[in-house]
Amino acid sequence: MQYLPLIWSNLWRKKTRTIFTLLSIVIAFLLFGVLETVDQAFAHPSTGVSGADKLISTNKYSITLTLPFSHVQQVRSVPGIEAVTWITWFGGYYQEQKNFVFALPIDTQSYFDVHKGEFVVDRDQMRAFENNRSGALVNIALLKKFGWKIGDKLPIHSTIWAKKSDGSLDWTFDIVGTFDVKDSTQASAQAYSVLFHYEMFDEGRSFGNGTVGWLEERVTDPSQAPEIAKHIDALFANSPNETKTQPANEFATSFMKQLGDIGFVLRMILAAVFFALLFLTGNTSMQSVRDRIPEFAVLKTIGFSDLRVLGLVLAEALTLCVVPAIVGLALSFALLPVIKRGLQGVELSASSLLPGIGVAILLGVLIGLPPALRAMRLSIVDALANRR
Amino acid sequence: MFKQLIAVVSLSIRTLPQRLGASSVIVIGIASVVAVLVSVLAMSTGFKHTLADAGRKDRVIVLRGGSDNELSSNLSANDYAVIADAPGLAKSADGHAALSGEIVTVVNIPKIDTGTDANVTLRGVSLSVGQVRPELKVVEGRMFRPAVRELIAGMGAAKQFRGLGVGQVVKLRNSEWTVTGRFTSNGDAHESELMADVDAVRSAIEYSGYSSAIGLLSSADSFTVLKDALTTNPQLKVEVTDEHAYYAKQSQQLAQVIDVVGNVVAAIMAIGATFGALNTMYSSVATRSMEIATLRAIGFSAFPVLLSVMFESLLLALIGGMAGGALAWVFFNGHSVSTLGGAFAQVVFSLTVTGRLLVTGIVWACFIGVLGGLFPALRAARVPVAEALRAG
Repeated sequence: MQYLPLIWSNLWRKKTRTIFTLLSIVIAFLLFGVLETVDQAFAHPSTGVSGADKLISTNKYSITLTLPFSHVQQVRSVPGIEAVTWITWFGGYYQEQKNFVFALPIDTQSYFDVHKGEFVVDRDQMRAFENNRSGALVNIALLKKFGWKIGDKLPIHSTIWAKKSDGSLDWTFDIVGTFDVKDSTQASAQAYSVLFHYEMFDEGRSFGNGTVGWLEERVTDPSQAPEIAKHIDALFANSPNETKTQPANEFATSFMKQLGDIGFVLRMILAAVFFALLFLTGNTSMQSVRDRIPEFAVLKTIGFSDLRVLGLVLAEALTLCVVPAIVGLALSFALLPVIKRGLQGVELSASSLLPGIGVAILLGVLIGLPPALRAMRLSIVDALANRR
Repeated sequence: MFKQLIAVVSLSIRTLPQRLGASSVIVIGIASVVAVLVSVLAMSTGFKHTLADAGRKDRVIVLRGGSDNELSSNLSANDYAVIADAPGLAKSADGHAALSGEIVTVVNIPKIDTGTDANVTLRGVSLSVGQVRPELKVVEGRMFRPAVRELIAGMGAAKQFRGLGVGQVVKLRNSEWTVTGRFTSNGDAHESELMADVDAVRSAIEYSGYSSAIGLLSSADSFTVLKDALTTNPQLKVEVTDEHAYYAKQSQQLAQVIDVVGNVVAAIMAIGATFGALNTMYSSVATRSMEIATLRAIGFSAFPVLLSVMFESLLLALIGGMAGGALAWVFFNGHSVSTLGGAFAQVVFSLTVTGRLLVTGIVWACFIGVLGGLFPALRAARVPVAEALRAG
């Protein structure tokens, strides 16, 4: 610790050089922080359904194929299942295609049984929803975003489902209430949700009646979930409508995986960044040691051991890397809200920033070691005589 | 003046090898920026190419009104009959319209690299598909037969997804389909798909209608004729788009996202590389201060000195830019990847490094070189002659 002032003043020996080096390290770690968080977000997406007690059953061969409604009854009888609900992809948007709305036809009873404790809904609004066949519950954030009010008629265009009555794709709901999501880490996955009555949807659509898009199940004992999933799939094996049941979070991850190997792309970019950085800072610290050879000789003359000199140079390199790394990571932390807006429906966590410190230490050792060894090995006589 | 310039520039280039270590910082820094920029943009370029190639201006895609893609669209058999009678479509020798009623669904097939299920498009096509899509060529095995559970796999799909070799079996809802051949389609998005007879697919998924109708026009000019005839027909509620516009729209969003991400990441890296370049050039000026002062003392003016520093920085940047572009080209050009396209289904495409991308990379490199050389050049021009000589 007593050497801190020495290390510090050594760093600032050549101001411009140090400032530019620091700035490039800050930039590198800013990128590291941003890309790592994005990578994490894609590798562990927020599923919209928290906990390990949820299963999702889809058609085994294709997510676009439906399942018959009768599956619900059969799944309900599987031991260990606490609740089953059914949903269909609506493909909705509000006014313009870019205003995507995650409109979901739900069974009012069982949906909230499966998602017990996940939604916050006012008791009166919930009753109003149950009593109004064309009622809809809207995510509070979505309501604010579009400036809707409770009591408004809400027109939603479906890209798939035509109405039986007039063949039109425009459905109208009454906004009877709002909901909020309890678990804040799941909030972004539900941010575009509008919930409405499955019964009204199924009776109103011109085709596909009596089918469901997928089932969601909640199991009593999460540790039994894999066996229960197998049990469900076995029920429908060799039937025309075989199912594929998997934990809800796995379902979401597999969807993200389909986007491609984003992690690979991000790692390649980071590799390029740090490869360049290694050269840049390595060159700087090598040069700075070269400039100070006579000074090291003086240090050794007044009694610094070889190891201590080695330590001094290493400590300098570490400071040069770790301090700006922290600044860069802090900057990327500050940027999280911006990235979040860019990647809708993705949950970011700051925990992926921590490995950055480890990388900074590694970088410091890597670039500090060669000049440190050089400083350690120099002989006093040669150095003072300026024989390099 | 000009003579001085040449003398100073050639001096700085000849002494460059003495500063090799420091100079390589510029080259490597800029090479990595350009490599990242070019590789990421090669992704969006490849994606756009693949989808754009699927579109011909004289081919139309008819969807139900209000649907933005084939997967969510549906047309009844009756709609299809009305469309087939519409004017503007090319006719075969026996008088049939060049129209293919198609059904699009997705099948879960594991990806070769990750082993996880991906959504692969299975397209049921009418027998007239050869007439409507002349670019479709079966290059291995044979075409599927009508009304039988046989399919052909696109070359792109066969490379990315498991079990699509000729003779292998693909499972779909209660049925097994034999792969009878593999096809190419000018490298377009259909090569990411599987194709089979439309009636066989419809019976397997118990569906009576079509997703879309694809028609070849008698000429590109008859687009409006067909569009007007279909959109004014009170029996129909359809959307008619020329294929080119349809696929351009499908690729737009994702390509835009990739472009923005690539540019932002490369811009941030470029800032870092500029700091590196500044460092190198300042230290280059510092090590050469003796030399510069001597030049000034024997009568060289400040301007050629300034230019020589700029030139050195630009030259290094250029080398870096070319190295970065070359790296991107060697490692990633033609690299085949797949992603979720516009409508829940996988699109297989290759990274494409075009000449234009390489030029963009070099322009970026020069920009960094100029920025990184400017301030050190100004300092070099202002080297105080007497002091620098005395310090040496």
